[in-house]
Amino acid sequence: MTADMPARQGASLRLDKTTFSYGQTRLAFDAEFPAGEITAVMGPSGSGKSTLLNLVAGFEIPLSGHVLINGLDFSAASPSERPVSMVFQENNLFAHLDVFRNVGLGISPSLALTAADRMAIADALARTGLTGKEKRLPRELSGGERQRVALARALVRDRPVLLLDEPFASLGPALREDMLDLVAAVQAERKMTTLFVTHQPEDARRVAAHVVFLENGTVAATGRAHDFFSANGPAAFRRYAGAMNGE
Amino acid sequence: MADRDKQVGAAAIPLPHQAAPPAALRDKRVAAGIAALVFVAVLIGGAFLGLVIESAGDFSGALAAFDSYLFRVVRFTLWQALLSTFLSVLPALFVARALSRHPGFFGRSFILQLFAVPLALPAIVAALGVLALYGRAGYFAEMLTKIGGQDWPGIYGLSGILVAHVFFNLPLCVRLFLEALQTVPADQWRLASQLGMSARPAFRFIEWPALRQALPGVAGLVFMLCITSFTIVLILGGGPRATTLEVAIYQALRFDFDPARAVALTLLQILLTFAVVALLSRLGANTTAEASLSVAPRRYLSIGNGEVALNVLLILLALLFVAGPMVATIAAGLQSELARLAGERAVHLATTTSAALAFLSALLATALSLSLTMARRGLATQRGRNGGRSLLEYATDTGAGFVLVVPPIVIGAGWFLLLRHIGSAFAIAPVMVVAVNAIMAMPFALRAVRPAYDAASERHERLCAQLGITGWARLKLIDWPVLRRPLATAFAFAMALSLGDLGVIALFGSDSLQTLPYLLLARMGSYRTADAAGLALFLGLVCFALILLADRLGKERSS
Repeated sequence: MTADMPARQGASLRLDKTTFSYGQTRLAFDAEFPAGEITAVMGPSGSGKSTLLNLVAGFEIPLSGHVLINGLDFSAASPSERPVSMVFQENNLFAHLDVFRNVGLGISPSLALTAADRMAIADALARTGLTGKEKRLPRELSGGERQRVALARALVRDRPVLLLDEPFASLGPALREDMLDLVAAVQAERKMTTLFVTHQPEDARRVAAHVVFLENGTVAATGRAHDFFSANGPAAFRRYAGAMNGE
Repeated sequence: MADRDKQVGAAAIPLPHQAAPPAALRDKRVAAGIAALVFVAVLIGGAFLGLVIESAGDFSGALAAFDSYLFRVVRFTLWQALLSTFLSVLPALFVARALSRHPGFFGRSFILQLFAVPLALPAIVAALGVLALYGRAGYFAEMLTKIGGQDWPGIYGLSGILVAHVFFNLPLCVRLFLEALQTVPADQWRLASQLGMSARPAFRFIEWPALRQALPGVAGLVFMLCITSFTIVLILGGGPRATTLEVAIYQALRFDFDPARAVALTLLQILLTFAVVALLSRLGANTTAEASLSVAPRRYLSIGNGEVALNVLLILLALLFVAGPMVATIAAGLQSELARLAGERAVHLATTTSAALAFLSALLATALSLSLTMARRGLATQRGRNGGRSLLEYATDTGAGFVLVVPPIVIGAGWFLLLRHIGSAFAIAPVMVVAVNAIMAMPFALRAVRPAYDAASERHERLCAQLGITGWARLKLIDWPVLRRPLATAFAFAMALSLGDLGVIALFGSDSLQTLPYLLLARMGSYRTADAAGLALFLGLVCFALILLADRLGKERSS
């Protein structure tokens, strides 16, 4: 039972009146993310950015409301059943498996790989600049290379939704820009509907077409990135960005 | 490339399952944990069933068993445990302090390692070592005869039990107290030396508060170990005047065949251990304590000559006391006819039986602990940050440690009584030995497996969920490479415990099923002391090697 859908147009993604809570904190998201484009998810610490991604990925189940991907309700589906790939800030790789196998797990969770699969893995490694490093273990890679492996795995998984949870936060500025450009290029080819959590306004400006700004566990403002970063962007966001610049 | 893109790019969105079963049931890890719990429950429940059926069938008999003999046994059980605790804990306080005052002297780490050996030694080997030294025909007998002016009667009875218990527990206490002393921050020592504190105020203001905090836990642990001690009392206890509940249960079943009395004794033993554990948990005792000693920090105190001499004397005495029975075991073992023993068919058989039973038991213990660990982790991650722990999660966590409260002899006795109605209890003896030894080793195996699994899961859980790596593929690709070493540690440790055990086998052993400890006991019973010494040396060395291996594997993992 599959609903055929070319990935090239991306999938529509909607959080329909979803609520969630942990401890005393209550969160409520109601938002639509443009299909096939990159949306930056921004907001102060504790505003619920990671929770929003976890709800889409299925690591958290909403108390009420629905997670709709292409109109289908995935609210209760397990993470592996969802048409979603996610790159975390760290621990994206299994430390005891080499680069090739870490990517291969994206195709077959039991590493039963066909010749075609192996070619797809080689392609993805080439696309992310990792050719020749197939046999390396994660500890033999730099921080940037490790995230490239995670990106390569997202490529072979080829799911229409991509979630990036501050994946480059621990990298230096030059390396971070390289990685952002890689993400932008790959996204332009595959047209994945991408949510990108970041603390850095310049990162969002560099790759995102849209911005969703969270505050106190709910969506405080949305809009095109161009408008957001202009002088008459949303007030809440300007306060946040101003405070960041003032630091 | 472009062609491939088209092919791979024809992505499809799977339809979500509309009626997915609850997450807890989909996780095979939880199912494995439930299976492990069921196994433990059946084993313990069956034993209780046996006891209940027996006492229901002969209620007046069980009631009549509560006689003055029984209360004498209870009194002795408590009394010897109390004395053993006192004699282990009190000297250990001062030995630990002496060791902590001199963090750098030659041979210190050797002493600490030596003090870890009794933990690895089977109780029957230690008991023989004590006898080889202080027994009627022991190495010290002649000297003690001269001093006493009359024939040295040997060390059977209360004194023998106490010496053996102190041999086991004094080094354990020293290590635990030393650990407590090492938690004192270095800054406090700097401050003390700046203030010019001498030994007495330093003890009062710095060392004693740290020791006092550890004291209830350590004393409670030792008391618990002594109250459930079986082998030592069986071998060194003498007759009705020096019998504990565990040994009395064994005698009621094996010698008098008095099931009613066995039931009464067993109920008392369970009540007693539960009462002690309840008391201990109030005191905050950790009933499966383990000392890990790092390099001692530098100290800044100047220590007077008088104190140095006193400390050296203390450490030396403790060293002699602990090393004595070990040296005696080796010496007596070497004096026995090892070559003849090595050629004996009975020894071959017992060795094979022991190896096979211990292997299976270790395998089972490792599998049980892995199942419980996985289930606990699985339940904890599903629960997330919300909600309290379910009863199931509690059972896979703290609950597993409670099997230690039920003495193996009680489980053995219950099944012995239950199976008596069906057929020969001896027929399923191997199953009983394997199963009971496995669950007794399980809490210790858990300590090796759980931290490694939880740490790996912390890193891998979301990744596995996202990529759909579950079940067998997950075990093979993700968990096994990380867990190989900790599992080997757990296995070696469980195997050593099982090899040296003389609990269930004492009840179920027979001519057709003999393990090494059982054969050892039989040789002692027929006064073939030299044979027993030779076997003890062999058994002790094997267990020691296994523990050393477990320790080595564990250390490499953490480094």
